[in-house]
Amino acid sequence: MELLRFATAGSVDDGKSTLIGRLLYDSKQVFEDQLEAVEASSLARGDEYTNLALLTDGLRAEREQGITIDVAYRYFSTPKRKFIIADTPGHTQHTRNMVTGCSTADLVVLLVDARMGPTEQTRRHATVASLLGIRHVVVCVNKMDLVDWDRKTFERIRSEFDDFATRLQVTDLTCIPMSALQGDNVVDRSTEMKWYDGPSLLHHLEEVHISSDRNLIDFRFPIQRVIRPISSSDLHDFRGYAGQVASGVLKVGDDVVVLPSGFSSKVEAIETYDGPLAEAYPPMSVVVRLAEELDISRGDMLCRAHNRPNEGQDISAMVCWMAETPLKPGTKLMLKHTTRWARALVKDLEYRLDVNTLHRDVQATELVLNDIGRIDLRTTVPLFYDEYRSNRVTGSFVLVDEGTNATVGAGMILRQST
Amino acid sequence: MTTYRLSHLDALESEAIHIIREVVAEFEKPALLFSGGKDSAVLLHLAVKACWPQKLPFPVVHVDTGHNFPEVIEYRDSQVERLGLRLVVGSVQEDIDRGSIVEHPTPGATRNRLQTFTLLRVLEEGGYDAVFGGGRRDEEKARAKERVFSLRDEFGQWNPRAQRPELWNLFNTRHRPGEHFRVFPLSNWTELDIWQYVESESIPLPQIYFAHRRQVFRRGGMLLAVGPYTQPRVGVAGETPFEVSVRYRTVGDMTCTAAVESSAVTPAEVISETAISRVSERGETRADDRFSEAAMEDRKREGYF
Repeated sequence: MELLRFATAGSVDDGKSTLIGRLLYDSKQVFEDQLEAVEASSLARGDEYTNLALLTDGLRAEREQGITIDVAYRYFSTPKRKFIIADTPGHTQHTRNMVTGCSTADLVVLLVDARMGPTEQTRRHATVASLLGIRHVVVCVNKMDLVDWDRKTFERIRSEFDDFATRLQVTDLTCIPMSALQGDNVVDRSTEMKWYDGPSLLHHLEEVHISSDRNLIDFRFPIQRVIRPISSSDLHDFRGYAGQVASGVLKVGDDVVVLPSGFSSKVEAIETYDGPLAEAYPPMSVVVRLAEELDISRGDMLCRAHNRPNEGQDISAMVCWMAETPLKPGTKLMLKHTTRWARALVKDLEYRLDVNTLHRDVQATELVLNDIGRIDLRTTVPLFYDEYRSNRVTGSFVLVDEGTNATVGAGMILRQST
Repeated sequence: MTTYRLSHLDALESEAIHIIREVVAEFEKPALLFSGGKDSAVLLHLAVKACWPQKLPFPVVHVDTGHNFPEVIEYRDSQVERLGLRLVVGSVQEDIDRGSIVEHPTPGATRNRLQTFTLLRVLEEGGYDAVFGGGRRDEEKARAKERVFSLRDEFGQWNPRAQRPELWNLFNTRHRPGEHFRVFPLSNWTELDIWQYVESESIPLPQIYFAHRRQVFRRGGMLLAVGPYTQPRVGVAGETPFEVSVRYRTVGDMTCTAAVESSAVTPAEVISETAISRVSERGETRADDRFSEAAMEDRKREGYF
């Protein structure tokens, strides 16, 4: 059974929590005691129907204020797939939460109110999904019951959204008319919209082809831990490198190069607790043994001689800023990239991206909370990186405030900066 | 032709191993919370895999409420022996005897909430800067919002409103002296994943997870064992004890953990029962989550598991 991770986003009143509640409920992932608790709360709040949104709003403050504060993770499975939902709230901290939810997602579900059509927020969410390298976007045109299941309304919203999406890097866009409240086209096909011949949302999530999204070409293996020989034990000959394959396929006998030293060696064995393997691919966690004894430490990277990542201290990246204090050129931060920490200096802010219009504001002098922009960084040590577009593991980093230790930025590498 | 695809269990395993290795690489003094329950059994198994071929470079910590199932203590000791682990035990009873915490006067009152004091004391004495826990986000609503690397302040408290964003698999491990992290490698696992993994990896579990005959009685919709801490109240209607085949879905304090009727004696049979169960594991078997809608959130804020 395959794993599909998806993020959901929508405005406060688009019915997102209801949709998730419906997916969990109709796929029989909600237990009776949870439903009873929700029914009791709905009654106490004076809701006219069982408020499925209460299934997902977990913190006391969320239930009291009737809002979703933080990204919440939900799980369900069908006989075909296991699903992990990153449910991102639409209003407060919208961009920060959306970026967080999308960072691990294969697919994004956007909700649009059929009465309104795509809003500024829909476009913003689609832009963020595209920036985060999400290739599959599903637009759920919700509340179709409130527009009398009207086909023309749906078609108009679909073409409006299509126009916008052509400006983004979304390769697979699907629009589904639905009523999350009544369950139409969520799990089962709607009986109200005979004119729609596409799949229900769940059917689409079960069938969408994601395995070719992975990078199986460029072998990259960031070293997590070095397992050194221990003279006193039976491991006195063992020297291995533990890590998770970021991309590409590694086979026993392959020639590899170690960065930053540039030394080359041959893969002697790929080992795990369960025994040796002939090959390893993403996202497998393994221990690699090399033929030669080399000086290798955490943060180094294995790759191939003729397929190396970029290597350098100057990078250009799109960043989403997540702190109250603005980001300005001259700021010094900690940066974590693969298994390597560095200090980084923000040399330049090239532009701030208006995520609603895609306009690039080159006059911008700072990025404030929830802003996205392009910056140039200089790091204290070289990074081994790829463009985020071709490699989500070696193309991403987080920025950390040296004083507070808070995570303040998420970065997607574009290329070497000049 | 190979498709280079991992099954969901292999993907979850690889993610957990990556998390555990990050902790071993970036922290000075990790420890693993081991209750003897199925989640901590899976967690321990994953830690052994992540650190292989080395032995676990950190101790396992058990908070002993003094109200444990004897089968669980036996199991704990057999795992410690089998894997050559270092075991650190924090005794709630000793903290009560010392007067550090005061037990509710009702005989057999749950010590669930008292555990937090002992847990925090043991963590502070050990100077642990990262503590693995077997918590899963599917267990409970407050847990669904918790990070994989969850920062605790000097008082062990969790602040759900001030959590760091967690992106990709890049974990921010930086913290001040006195602060520590709770790390949850099983965050993305469900109860069913745990059982499927127990089966495919042949992970040993305490016997009480499988069907056995036991004297039980009903209280508050739950099946409680007749034992030293829970006895049917005389004259209370419906609390008449009877013998039936049961198993436990979770293993906590004997005072607050209930059984379910079951005939499942193997992990495979538990999986088929779990797949058709209509009640959540905590809802069915844990009185400690029933105080209020926010019971878990409140305990977590105080420093609970």
